[in-house]
Amino acid sequence: MPSYELTINGKKKKVQGPEDMPLLWVLRDLLNMTGTKFGCGLGQCRACTVHVDGEAVPSCQYPVAAVAGKKITTIEGLAAPGSALHPVQQAWLEEDVPQCGYCQPGQIMSACALLAKNRAPTDADIDTAMSGNICRCGAYSGIRRAIHRAAESMAKTGSSR
Amino acid sequence: MSASLRFGRRRFLAGSGGLVLAFTLDRTVWAAAKGAKDPGATLEQAGLLRVGEDDSVTVIIPEAEMGQGIVTSFSMVIADELGVPLDRVKTEFAPVDEAHYGRQVTGGSRSIRTRYKSLRDAGAAARELLVAAAAQEWKAELAACRIAEGKMVGPGGKTSSLGKLVKAASRLPAPAQPKWKPDDQLQLIGKPTARLDAPAKIRGEATYGIDVRLPGMLRAVVARSPSFGGTVKRFDAAKAKAVPGVRQVVQIPSGVAVIADHFWAAKAGREALEVEWDEPNASLSSDSIRAAMAKLAPTGAEAAKRGDAEKALAGAKQKLEAVYEVPYLAHATMEPLNATADVKADRAEIWAPTQAPGFVRGGAARITGLAPDKIQVHPTFLGGGFGRKAQTDYTDEAVHCSKAAGKPVQVIYTREDDMSAAWYRPASYHRLAGALDEKGWPAAWLHQIASPSIMAAFSGFGPRPAGGVDGTSVAGAADLPYAIPNFRVTCAQADFPIPVWFWRSVGHSVNPYVAECFFDELARLGKKDPLEARLRLLADHPRWARVLQAAAEKIGWGKPAPSGTGRGIAVAECFGSIVAEAVEVALEGKEPRVVRVACALDCGQVVNPRTVTAQLESGIVYGLSAALYGQITLEGGRTVQKTFADYPVLRMNVMPKIETVVIQSGEPHGGVGELGTPPSAPAVVNALAALTGKPIRKLPLT
Repeated sequence: MPSYELTINGKKKKVQGPEDMPLLWVLRDLLNMTGTKFGCGLGQCRACTVHVDGEAVPSCQYPVAAVAGKKITTIEGLAAPGSALHPVQQAWLEEDVPQCGYCQPGQIMSACALLAKNRAPTDADIDTAMSGNICRCGAYSGIRRAIHRAAESMAKTGSSR
Repeated sequence: MSASLRFGRRRFLAGSGGLVLAFTLDRTVWAAAKGAKDPGATLEQAGLLRVGEDDSVTVIIPEAEMGQGIVTSFSMVIADELGVPLDRVKTEFAPVDEAHYGRQVTGGSRSIRTRYKSLRDAGAAARELLVAAAAQEWKAELAACRIAEGKMVGPGGKTSSLGKLVKAASRLPAPAQPKWKPDDQLQLIGKPTARLDAPAKIRGEATYGIDVRLPGMLRAVVARSPSFGGTVKRFDAAKAKAVPGVRQVVQIPSGVAVIADHFWAAKAGREALEVEWDEPNASLSSDSIRAAMAKLAPTGAEAAKRGDAEKALAGAKQKLEAVYEVPYLAHATMEPLNATADVKADRAEIWAPTQAPGFVRGGAARITGLAPDKIQVHPTFLGGGFGRKAQTDYTDEAVHCSKAAGKPVQVIYTREDDMSAAWYRPASYHRLAGALDEKGWPAAWLHQIASPSIMAAFSGFGPRPAGGVDGTSVAGAADLPYAIPNFRVTCAQADFPIPVWFWRSVGHSVNPYVAECFFDELARLGKKDPLEARLRLLADHPRWARVLQAAAEKIGWGKPAPSGTGRGIAVAECFGSIVAEAVEVALEGKEPRVVRVACALDCGQVVNPRTVTAQLESGIVYGLSAALYGQITLEGGRTVQKTFADYPVLRMNVMPKIETVVIQSGEPHGGVGELGTPPSAPAVVNALAALTGKPIRKLPLT
């Protein structure tokens, strides 16, 4: 079984697994980092969204061999346990977005990547960036509000996160 | 006997010495696994509330949290009665104890409706006991002691933590009829309140079934028959076992399980596995099912009758006949089905995202031969349920796998498994005939249904009433409230070897579409405004009328619709509430685009307005997804649809603007979780018909 050195949330992690094993399952089954969710395994629902070198990508579509040496950020890396929330998470909290909540780590990761590139996204920008992420609870209105709220708060504080 | 009397045992548990009952043991095991501290002595009320000597306040949730917000609303009710701030409250899921809690199946939009009184009673009883203990301690009048902001306050500015009073309180006799706080003293119930589970869900820290991790846990992926009802003829495990990480390949009743170190190896193992199947239903198709239902539809048993519909139809000058059809639907929860079991010789534990932990335990008892009290079920958060997770096929598989492996095993469904090896909202076939009176108002209504029976597939809710009509097949049809003098509804049971099951709003996901759209067809035939026609025939149903008017007012009914859009309206009553939606729909090419939804709900008293709104929106989106795109069709006895590519759901870019009105009727608590779904399809179809002049008698729309 080949081994890989991954950089996840700023920490180096050594894993051993088949080379075609998607990053999603490396996180969930080899590293027990369960914040990144399995939804479809086909890149259709984006519940598994993480950042690879700053881009929001479905981790179910990235074999471990393809992400070795790249900078990976997961939902656990946005805010350490017990520490202050990322402004996007804070906006999510203030808008009380989650229902079942299962898709929300992926939604939040997609929203963070959008806001990192576009400080004041329009509704159309949000549609483009967020339509890959399915929410079966239909919490889309709250997600949209939270993204606008996060954009406002990040503009006020000058946060570049 | 009141719930509080039935459940009203207080227990004084010194350390862990008194842990006798299964539900306490169960909970402690799970709490210990999570590193929870021993609360010391506890004051327990109705298995719903525990106040610890360490001053902890724990609300115990016997229902499933699948997004509807009951963790929060249950906690609000108890915290309000007890007098503690909500942020003091910890929550945990109750284990199975149906003798204690009654039937633990979360469904029917029922959680608040069935638990509200017990929750109030539990909070009030604990408050009265603590107050009595304080009065004793301080030698004060009862009336001079009260709980404020989570502290006991007595005469002369005396204060005490609640924890210090727990021991004394637990020795006092339980109040037979705890007195609820007057409404004007309530601080939480009825106020928009943020969800308690949001922070964990936002941080990715909430434990869903699929996130359960146990030492030495293996993962399993199961090869199931490609067509419904098939069984394993023979299999060859050699190639599967050659996949690195695969530990075991075992036959279980539903197929062949590949058990491995991790999901990816299990899935690769299944791909390599060679299985031959006996497929008795390989010729089944959507066309054959439709033909069979069409033939059966006129032969149904009577579900409702007044006047003489057939006679009125025969003599009518203006009449209309139509056939309406709806497809099978998958639940498609975001969290694919999964369950984790650890079966040992003398006991078993199951961790699962389940709406029915009691059924899970029953299944495990049958499989293992263990007594139910040797089986602990640990409910987790659910990544969506919608009815699907009240089944036990997936938890049974985990039990079989763990039993075979002798280790903890987590069974995981791929998305394709989740969609193609499912239990479905039944497809159904509807023959309708209607007639108008001389003035153009509906005078006769005949609705003949052919539908697979959910209740026939499931004995867990007791025997069906004589006469053979499954109430879920005619819900929203037989009880249509319109004052149509000649009215008849029949239902023919049409069963096929495709598992059918409860799907958000059950029969109300079907019949309001059929009835409300056919109603509009009759209104158009009689040249009546759809809202006016409804209000006229609902003269004896003021609650319905009020809800309809509220939705109509919100959308601006009566004023011209924005250019290029059509308006439609529909109403439904289910699960103790009444809901109406008025919508604006445009056409983009041939594709309908829902632009706006105005929804009005009368669900009686409300605990948390914020989750009510969220649930309404959720139900609307769920209904729109089904109306616009949802269908499971069959070819060769198997589902054509397997992923979100061929079973699309509503996404952000087509999310309509949704406005909700919650009517303060003061009626008793009604359901909420499923309410948004029933009127979605008919409101949209009626809007499209208003736009194009053409009825749409078959779903989905695209």
